[in-house]
Amino acid sequence: MNETPKPNSFKSGPDESGLFGIFGGRFVAETLMPLILDLQAEWEKAKIDPAFEAELTSLGKHYTGRPSPLYYAERLSEHLGGAKIYFKREELNHTGSHKINNCLGQILLAKRMGKTRIIAETGAGQHGVASATVAARFGLPCVVYMGATDVERQAPNVFRMKLLGAEVIPVTAGHGTLKDAMNEALRDWVTNVDDTYYLIGTAAGPHPYPEMVRDFQSVIGTEAREQMMEAEGRLPDLVIAAVGGGSNAIGIFHPFLDDPDVKIVGVEAGGRGLEGEEHCASLTAGAPGVLHGNRTYLLQDGDGQIKEGHSVSAGLDYPGIGPEHSWLNDIGRVDYVPILDDEALEAFQLMTRLEGIIPALEPSHAIAEIIKRAPKMGKDEIILANLSGRGDKDVHTVSKILGMEM
Amino acid sequence: MTERMEKRFAALKAEGRPALITYFMGGDPDFETSLAIMKALPKAGADVIELGMPFSDPMADGPAIQMAGLRALKGGQTLEKTLELARRFREDDADTPIVMMGYYNPIYIYGVERFVEVALDAGIDGLIIVDLPPEMDNELCLPALAKGLNFIRLATPTTDEKRLPAVLKNTSGFVYYVSMNGITGSALPDPSRVGAAVSRIKAHTDLPVCVGFGVKTAEHARLIGAAADGVVVGTAVVNQIAGTLDANGKGGKDTVDAVSTFVRGLSSGVRDARLAAAE
Repeated sequence: MNETPKPNSFKSGPDESGLFGIFGGRFVAETLMPLILDLQAEWEKAKIDPAFEAELTSLGKHYTGRPSPLYYAERLSEHLGGAKIYFKREELNHTGSHKINNCLGQILLAKRMGKTRIIAETGAGQHGVASATVAARFGLPCVVYMGATDVERQAPNVFRMKLLGAEVIPVTAGHGTLKDAMNEALRDWVTNVDDTYYLIGTAAGPHPYPEMVRDFQSVIGTEAREQMMEAEGRLPDLVIAAVGGGSNAIGIFHPFLDDPDVKIVGVEAGGRGLEGEEHCASLTAGAPGVLHGNRTYLLQDGDGQIKEGHSVSAGLDYPGIGPEHSWLNDIGRVDYVPILDDEALEAFQLMTRLEGIIPALEPSHAIAEIIKRAPKMGKDEIILANLSGRGDKDVHTVSKILGMEM
Repeated sequence: MTERMEKRFAALKAEGRPALITYFMGGDPDFETSLAIMKALPKAGADVIELGMPFSDPMADGPAIQMAGLRALKGGQTLEKTLELARRFREDDADTPIVMMGYYNPIYIYGVERFVEVALDAGIDGLIIVDLPPEMDNELCLPALAKGLNFIRLATPTTDEKRLPAVLKNTSGFVYYVSMNGITGSALPDPSRVGAAVSRIKAHTDLPVCVGFGVKTAEHARLIGAAADGVVVGTAVVNQIAGTLDANGKGGKDTVDAVSTFVRGLSSGVRDARLAAAE
């Protein structure tokens, strides 16, 4: 086997066809092709337009509350008895997660393109809420596709979206989760090409979405890098984030990719264990394939049919992953590891009790990995983790599992 | 290229009528019923057969074809078995062109080179792969064309003058004009607009231009057929299958009969099409 040559920079992708190595690309129906080419052209213009950047920065500051704080979790660090643990507090953003960073960027693009209707898919509902929020802020109608299973387990977010004026359409196909919602959003887009902007929530889908979403989310890592220099005078030894589609992870990873001394770990949903079918560990247990416009690692059977997967966290319940993560995995720059539902639930509770922060179930997977690693690290070592969302939306799910009365 | 397609379109041209192209999902509701349906199609008047390859996530298909794919997968259909359907069909029909239609991932997993080889051997004449636009031609289109397997491209209302040459560049067999933006099984578009779009495409290519999406009745087939070299009917055929299944989702002779009767009606529609054009 030939080993893939290491690039000069891990930040140079994708190429002009939207490829990160063999991953990514533009695997879409002809009807959508002219649209994604238009989007790419507009994105190329916007990213060098100072007015675009100024508007996005101003919204980030006054609407989202950026920069989000970098927080030293003193009691968790003490409890685990090893490395110093810092959290990038994206859960303090307006709407309660990192999703707003990308939604603001994309709604500005939609506006530039003269689009008058927004559609989005959502798993946990965080992206749905952020989409509904920016649609309300900019006065555009918004339709959110959400798997029927997720509508049930993330009821508070469904209500928030409705309050914000969005129409939430439950999708009953398949297991009624994020994959099915994305299929349905693509069907809507292919039908309403003239006026509709598809606001994809994760760093996946056809080019230019993976690159564009990454760039909008990279503000997380860029700020964290500066804040860490200020707090500790050096870079962290380890950066950790949970990975579903992978937008919060690529957002914090990307600015550190070319720092060879910074170890980077992505945490996948191990669900009820990798030996069965009930997990969403696409990188650890999947194989490269083509779905939703890109080539990437997917959970699939020997006939190329996509599996459903399972995670206690609706936001990680997706059988694929952003293409850049697939590439970073294959090239060996980032390690991807699974965390089980139970481990994430324990981490959720520990974080809540020790730090007074209720994390979402998605970053609870990252915290669970910290629980494993921090004790083995020295007290002079530093972990930086992305606390991508707050757990208010999950209290119902957790109370059910823990058998507590709400 | 395999010659069946070219011969068939030449013969239809001599006859002065458009082609009737019928789609069904391979393995829906099970292998044997599906094979019986496939064999019945030419006898009922289908000129070209589109053989659907089931996929778990058919992003450009409406509910009818989604359900058909799920039924087939539940019945144990695989890409290997869909190729086997074609092979069995070829045992007693050497002339009707077969086009396999579906999504890329099952082929990618099967292996592109191996797929092209086995497909040609099974008697397949062309491929329509929904999620492989010209930008992705290196994946399957070019390897297929190199071995003589037609790659039939979809053109849509969003394919403008600037883009059309790129779409037609590596296309062979025929051009499939998707007459409206949307998923399969949508409403019938305005036939006069279809005629204008067909003329627009014909200005760029000598290939036959066949039109699909929304054709549900013999009358639709007649109207659309008057403006095109062929009429594609998919969802309406699939609905005939769905309508005859028993409570357990099993089909039988009724299923095959229902499809035959329906396709016979469509066939009379395309045979009247040129008459309609002359009016």
